[in-house]
Amino acid sequence: MSDLHARPLALVIGHQDFAAGIVSAVTAITGRTDLFRTASNYGLDTRSMEALLREAILDGVNVIFSDLPAGSTTMAARRAQRDHPHVTVVTGISLPVLLDYAFAATDAAHAADAAVEKGRAAMMVARGPARAD
Amino acid sequence: MPIELHRIDDRLIHGQVVVGWGQPLELRFLVLVDDEVAASEWEQELYRMGVPTDMRVEFVSVAQAVQRYATFAADPKPGMLLTGDIDTMARLCAAIPALRRVNLGGVHHRTGRAQKLRYVFLTGAEESELRAMAASGVEISAQDVPAARVIPLDSVLAGEAMA
Repeated sequence: MSDLHARPLALVIGHQDFAAGIVSAVTAITGRTDLFRTASNYGLDTRSMEALLREAILDGVNVIFSDLPAGSTTMAARRAQRDHPHVTVVTGISLPVLLDYAFAATDAAHAADAAVEKGRAAMMVARGPARAD
Repeated sequence: MPIELHRIDDRLIHGQVVVGWGQPLELRFLVLVDDEVAASEWEQELYRMGVPTDMRVEFVSVAQAVQRYATFAADPKPGMLLTGDIDTMARLCAAIPALRRVNLGGVHHRTGRAQKLRYVFLTGAEESELRAMAASGVEISAQDVPAARVIPLDSVLAGEAMA
């Protein structure tokens, strides 16, 4: 538990209730509530989202997870990142990505890279067994 | 009609545009009309990141859009023209007689704006600008995604869809 306070703050931003939903799943699985803040794009234009993220960065957030690469959430995160190059933006996230991050080492950039690899590896297509007839 | 939609959306290129409209309309190009974006390589790169590889995107100023509109409209592939605010679309409508139908797709909360729909907030000046466009013969309706109800401007401004 000693590394918890050293870990940089991360924020998840997504469409509608995406962030609250996926972070609640992380909490249900890990029991940890200390890693992720959440934000929604609901009712906000890109500039308002950017302002929200800039505020979070000034408050210590240096990893931003967003849901959709083509989404306004990612655009806002990239804009906020422009003046804060130490911030890492990870987009196209899934539950395995956040779970890996939750259990990763404290180095933010490395944890994000590793989590993305885990997320990619977790994708699969499962087909039913072939029938004999 | 190769430009399938003339849309006002302050998020410009984002999920609703690329996926929500892009897939059912099989859009193959986007024309993003914004003087600021047209002058910034960095902004363009940011928006390009959100565009699928099979979709082309043109970044143009208002003046360039007016000049090249006929070319865009003659493209045999379906496309969408986007502006980030009402004023830019009003300037296009004033200069392009063929542009007679506008989709109000997303004008979000900002200080001084009043809510008209879940995704439309307007200042008094913006309301007046929309009324003026409508009075000049432009058909304006609100619809954020294809599956949503089309709401005529009068109903939007009357706040009827909020009831």
